[in-house]
Amino acid sequence: MFEQWNGFNGGNWQEKINVSDFIFNNYKPYLGDASFLKGATQRTKDLYGKLQVLFDKERERDGVLDVDVDNVSSLTNYAPGYLDKDNELIVGCQTNSPLKRGVNPFGGMRMAKNACEAYGYKMGKKIEEEFSYRTTHNEGVFRVYNDEMRHARHIGMITGLPDAYGRGRIIGDYRRAALYGVDKLIEEKEKDKNEVGRGLMDVDSIRLSEELYQQIAFLKKLKEMAKMYGYDISLPAQTAQEAFQWVYFAYLGAIKEQNGAAMSMGRVSTFLDIYIERDIKNGILDEEQAQEIVDHFVMKLRSARHLRTPEYNELFGGDPMWITESLGGMRENGKTLVTKNSFRFLNTLYTMGSAPEPNLTVLWSEELPQGFKEFCAKVSIDTDSIQYENDDLMRPIYGDDYGIACCVSAMQIGKQMQFFGARCNLPKLLLLSINGGYDNVSGENIGPQMSVYPDEVLDYNKVIARLSIYREWLCNLYVNTMNVIHYMHDKYAYEKLQMALHDTDVHRFMAFGVAGLSCIADSLSAIKYAKVSVVRDEKGHVVDFETEGDFPKFGNDDNRVDTIAMNLLQGVYEELKKTPTYKNAEHTLSALTITSNVMYGKKTGSTPDGRKKGEPFAPGANPMHNREKNGALASLNSVAKLPYRCCRDGISNTFSIIPESLGKSDTQRVENLVSILDGYFHNSAHHININVINREKLMAAFENPEMYPNLTIRVSGYAVNFHKLSREQQKEVISRTFHTSL
Amino acid sequence: MNGYINSFQSMGTVDGPGVRCVIFMQGCPLRCVYCHNPETWVTGTGVQVTPKEMLNRIKRYKSYISKGGVTVSGGEALLQARFVKEFFAMCREERIHTALDTSGCIINDDVHDLLDVTDLCLLDIKMTTPEEYKKYTGVSLNTVLKFLDILQEKSIDTWIRQVIVPDINDNFDNIDRLNDILRRYNIVKKVELLPFRKLCLEKYKEMGKPFPLADTPEATPKAVAQLQKAVIL
Repeated sequence: MFEQWNGFNGGNWQEKINVSDFIFNNYKPYLGDASFLKGATQRTKDLYGKLQVLFDKERERDGVLDVDVDNVSSLTNYAPGYLDKDNELIVGCQTNSPLKRGVNPFGGMRMAKNACEAYGYKMGKKIEEEFSYRTTHNEGVFRVYNDEMRHARHIGMITGLPDAYGRGRIIGDYRRAALYGVDKLIEEKEKDKNEVGRGLMDVDSIRLSEELYQQIAFLKKLKEMAKMYGYDISLPAQTAQEAFQWVYFAYLGAIKEQNGAAMSMGRVSTFLDIYIERDIKNGILDEEQAQEIVDHFVMKLRSARHLRTPEYNELFGGDPMWITESLGGMRENGKTLVTKNSFRFLNTLYTMGSAPEPNLTVLWSEELPQGFKEFCAKVSIDTDSIQYENDDLMRPIYGDDYGIACCVSAMQIGKQMQFFGARCNLPKLLLLSINGGYDNVSGENIGPQMSVYPDEVLDYNKVIARLSIYREWLCNLYVNTMNVIHYMHDKYAYEKLQMALHDTDVHRFMAFGVAGLSCIADSLSAIKYAKVSVVRDEKGHVVDFETEGDFPKFGNDDNRVDTIAMNLLQGVYEELKKTPTYKNAEHTLSALTITSNVMYGKKTGSTPDGRKKGEPFAPGANPMHNREKNGALASLNSVAKLPYRCCRDGISNTFSIIPESLGKSDTQRVENLVSILDGYFHNSAHHININVINREKLMAAFENPEMYPNLTIRVSGYAVNFHKLSREQQKEVISRTFHTSL
Repeated sequence: MNGYINSFQSMGTVDGPGVRCVIFMQGCPLRCVYCHNPETWVTGTGVQVTPKEMLNRIKRYKSYISKGGVTVSGGEALLQARFVKEFFAMCREERIHTALDTSGCIINDDVHDLLDVTDLCLLDIKMTTPEEYKKYTGVSLNTVLKFLDILQEKSIDTWIRQVIVPDINDNFDNIDRLNDILRRYNIVKKVELLPFRKLCLEKYKEMGKPFPLADTPEATPKAVAQLQKAVIL
């Protein structure tokens, strides 16, 4: 029993590591509206002003303010850095100075070197030499990849794989540092380590034991890192400010150690509310000060940076870190998990203006308190900066202490993790099957070889039969490729600190994905309901299609085509499960493209739905642009039908609507958006990004990006600064369906 | 009995309260000079549906429209009053709020029956003098005023709407007359003045029809807001 726990209700959490038990025994649900909130303090305004100066400088320097090329990024390799030591309530920088990026070659040396050079830096000799004696994750993977794996990757059949960069998508339970102090965490891990291998010390046990050794070593480094900033985090946090600081230190340690694609926060706001409530009760904190702590914490998250190559940034639209914080949701006993802190986190979009990070994600339930629903809707309308995911759908599967990694990947905090696996290109697979194993973009052969589709008009059943042969081939290849990647990531770039903030016995998912779902669904629908003739090149390969007649299109609530999309997901999922995974991870699937729908489209020939070679796919599970003819709800209904049961890594939908179409007055818009969200999630949909914006405003920002430095929009499970998107991505966003009905 | 539908919009938020499904019926006896749905004029074309089919379609959106409902617009819904009546009756059984968006230009037994299953009427009083009404729509204001009497008799909540067109009715005299007309009706819960816009130009072009008001400027939100202030309710 720690004295730092005075004033808390006891429970099982005091006996063993169990943060959710602590939360459920101590949190105070908030059922009211947003009227209690306070604005930014002068100190916050001044501090954020300083940060904005740095943001401007960063933008002027092509997106990278500075790089430390002499030290490998890790917990204790940099002297402490500050934005304004005397005024920041939460301290800690990734390097010795805000926004300065560190070099992290563990994922891959070439990527790290290229990233330095792209921004006019050269990696220091010391780092190069150090890494000439060690193997990176990337090297490990390519030692084992066979020719077919390389080939599938090369032609873009499977792309975005984390084989040259950190896989991310792991959420450390950063709350544990605050609740227990790091010494207690070390003690528990040491106990676990001593239990490993009793009876039989086999390969798995030996590997686990070494992993635990590394976890313990990095918990010790975490303490050391905090000490450099003048904090002793070996014991639990005493106050709200300390709790935020402890949580942030744990997160900071993770992002110093790992340049993972998505470095999500988890679900900290309601946990931290308990500390705020205690301080308020003890008379040492008021609402204005509480908001100030939240603001300073969020400011740190807005400052988080990783050094990545321009190609990477181009693919993902800026340099997102997917610092996803899950807000709200319900408990299994029917009480809400909304606290005042859920509001305070959203309020940062007002106190400091809108921003893409942290990736604020509302876990929506029809049972959420009305005041919270309405505040969320208002924030969406005002800032375009939040996304929603269906708590009523996920809670029965993950319980009531899960969070979202990256965009749409649910996992229990500290108990589950995933092996991230990007996505495969379904429309390209369809074309490959029609061409009998010939890729009509690269001109190369891959997969099972057979004759090109012989007839002039495509027959639905024959096409489906071909597709299933190629799907079987691809799914097997995909799982095997992922097994290589994650074996090597564990071996050469293991997430020591993040895994130290998990239970030792952790459940793993292996997350596969598909791109171009609506494009292939519409293509198959065209083959089935219209007349699709092939156009061949001089060698007889199919390079284009002529489609006569109309056909049902995904996004119109038309079961004829929506069922095709549902069956596609089901089919891929069932096929993936046939190949066992590394560490017996559970296979999952997503329909999520991030912003790479543009890139995937580029690598794919013309498709039977009328999309021409090189044109983008729709993002995630979205209908193809401007094919929705029955209005917004019909479009939402089509996406809502996609089965989460076989798409447990998430089904992403990005929704854009002009303000006028949402209602005539501000109040009506808020009420109507709440109705839309309630209705959509009632129909078992999984996810939605909401943008309430005019195409004209985006076009103005396209023409004059410098005039709109803070224009934030939701793209595909996360938010970006519009100006950080590539020109092609900007055009694609502008060409999307904006739901308008007047 | 089949209805002829011009189009279906799964989400509308400006034709009645809340989030609503909007059904645009085919066919209209009026030829308003500023009409923005000329494709709905002709009768006897469009997609044929039964009231039950229409209901089944709406039911797919039930989760969204619990605070809104369904609006039948046009064209002129009263031309197919019997179909709409059957459809609205079914909606009521499903506890779906029904709104009728009409010009009030037809009165017969079917229309009476329809109003008996209508929760809200959106009545467009297009012009406020008999002469102007005839001139700009082709039919008589008198019927519309009788229609308003029937709404009052049947105690049906009513929102009055009027499109404000520059140089035609964007004046305070028009609003005074509108106030005079509405004074006697306590069923009127709201008066919405809507700005004349020209988003329909493309449609006219496609249909090869001249748009009579092609040269008239759109009404400014400011002008409409000023007139709105003069509305007495």
